[in-house]
Amino acid sequence: MYVAVKGGKKAIENAHRLLAEERRGDPSVPELSLRQIDEQLSLAVDRVMTEGSLYDRDLAALAVKQARGDMIEAIFLLRAYRTTLTRFGVSEPIDTAKMTIRRRISATYKDLPGGQVLGPTFDYTHRLLDFSLAEEAAPEAASEVSVGPAPAMPRVAELLDQEGLIEEETQPEGDGVGDVTRNAMTLPAGRDVRLQMLARGDEGFVLALGYSTQRGYGRNHPFAGEIRLGEVEVSFTPPELGFPVAIGEITVTECQMINQFKGSAERPPQFTRGYGISFGHCERKTMAMANVDRALRARDLGEEVTAPAQDEEFVLYHCDNVEASGFVQHLKLPHYVDFQSELDIVRRLRADFEARRMGEAAE
Amino acid sequence: MTGKTIAGYNFAYLDEQTKRMIRRAILKAVAIPGHQIPFGSREMPLPYGWGTGGIQVTASIIGADDTLKVIDQGADDTTNAVSIRSFFSKTAGVKTTESTTEATIIQTRHRIPETPLTEGQILVYQVPIPEPLRWLEPREVETRKMHALSEYGPMHVQLYEQIAAYGRIAATYDYPVMVHGRYLMRPSPIPKFDNPKMDRNPALQLFGAGREKRIYAVPPYTTVKSLDFEDHPFSVESWEHCCGLCGSGTSYLDEIVTDDQGGRMFVCSDTDFCNQRQAQGFRGPLNSEAAE
Repeated sequence: MYVAVKGGKKAIENAHRLLAEERRGDPSVPELSLRQIDEQLSLAVDRVMTEGSLYDRDLAALAVKQARGDMIEAIFLLRAYRTTLTRFGVSEPIDTAKMTIRRRISATYKDLPGGQVLGPTFDYTHRLLDFSLAEEAAPEAASEVSVGPAPAMPRVAELLDQEGLIEEETQPEGDGVGDVTRNAMTLPAGRDVRLQMLARGDEGFVLALGYSTQRGYGRNHPFAGEIRLGEVEVSFTPPELGFPVAIGEITVTECQMINQFKGSAERPPQFTRGYGISFGHCERKTMAMANVDRALRARDLGEEVTAPAQDEEFVLYHCDNVEASGFVQHLKLPHYVDFQSELDIVRRLRADFEARRMGEAAE
Repeated sequence: MTGKTIAGYNFAYLDEQTKRMIRRAILKAVAIPGHQIPFGSREMPLPYGWGTGGIQVTASIIGADDTLKVIDQGADDTTNAVSIRSFFSKTAGVKTTESTTEATIIQTRHRIPETPLTEGQILVYQVPIPEPLRWLEPREVETRKMHALSEYGPMHVQLYEQIAAYGRIAATYDYPVMVHGRYLMRPSPIPKFDNPKMDRNPALQLFGAGREKRIYAVPPYTTVKSLDFEDHPFSVESWEHCCGLCGSGTSYLDEIVTDDQGGRMFVCSDTDFCNQRQAQGFRGPLNSEAAE
């Protein structure tokens, strides 16, 4: 009996010690360092930072280690730490047009100013297990190119923008952006809040929803206008100074989907946008996010809302894996008081049932 | 790396700005009994669904001179109650107790203590789903409208349908109540046995739903009425047995399976109540000699 007996405290302490031992594994195997996780499991670190909403590679690596590689647990650890941090303010919007590009591809143009840059990608690798990795061997060095001054890489959506073929992105009205980590979401949610929820949302859930839009559930004809990965500068304007100061550089992945829109009574036919962004290199996530972002704009664009991915309440209330994981797993907490109530009523209902049957038989 | 030790956290974990935000929500909730107030729920170091709403409410109202009691299923020694109690003794260093009468704040999951509460005490409920109309209408936009218009007919219809189908109301826990004659409220998954204790209770009752980001309240001496019909009045669970340990015939009993031959024993779910009675010399049928 895991609850009814005294000694819950001791049992918990012992369980924690056992967990620590299991986490470490065989002590004769060298322990993972945070630096190893950061360098060699860097995409795990990226995902934990993105869904944990905290850009700190060291802390994310620590969370991955402490969580024994369980991504959602690691995200939870980072989120719980994040809440204790003071919010100093809101940075200036990052300018991804000024990104130091490591990867930039467009599926809508064969070539474009700045060119296509493949960068580090799993795409076009044959997914064959590479047994040479089982041994510790240094990979072949990447070829080096002499880099001159980086070419300008305007965003693809802006090229279309010049022709008026794509909807303009306008600054939302009102003062500043929402913050889902500070305020309860209210519905209908603004796009700022929707994008925040999706950026923090579970990769698997967002991926499945994004996928569903491609299979006809809220179809919105996406083209990968552009995906870019690289470093951008973050600036902050301290109120006492009144001008922006660069405070650091972060790696982000950005995806702009370009979607068809046949036009409505008020709006001409033009391309519309879906937007995805992540910390680090989370390309799959940003693409799926862009699909879902576009799907969620159905109501704003006067489209009929028919599919799950277009349903704001459904998507936003269920995309957070820390909330979902906690509530699903709370089912293992004791529920015996409620269960006792149910036992009581089922016994009464059965007694009623038997009495009725006996009554009928007697007639 | 700047891994903080627990000593590096603020009193009761939350920072003061967050506590102020939560206190404002609580004040609003007390001013509009039974009405759900949205608040900026924070990620806590315990999982959602495990009492984060209650923990945030407790963290916002607790002071250094408070005495805290935490129960889950009525018991002080269940694993999650132990975990939450140790969270507060670690982050706030407050005195904790298992005694209902000694406590100034009682955080609970699924029960109201058997021992009557008194003025000045605060009962903090952990709430999984705050919306009483949720199983009738999954959309928040709709349910908020229904509350605004006091459109509670569908809930009565649902209870009536149970009477039509089973001859009695089959809802057993989280049984809907009307607060101060205005708002329909979910009492959290306490058994309906506990519902009458909410009515005109001298203690302040606060409800925190962390994942759903809502706080609501029942101020002291507020009327709380369980929904029913004139010809089907509200009734609570009852047992043919009394508590096997303390012999109480009026408390909520847990059924414990003692073997695989159908053996059962019934004991108080409220461990403090049961222990107090045993200390006063009451004995149940299974406890006549064992206690000596």
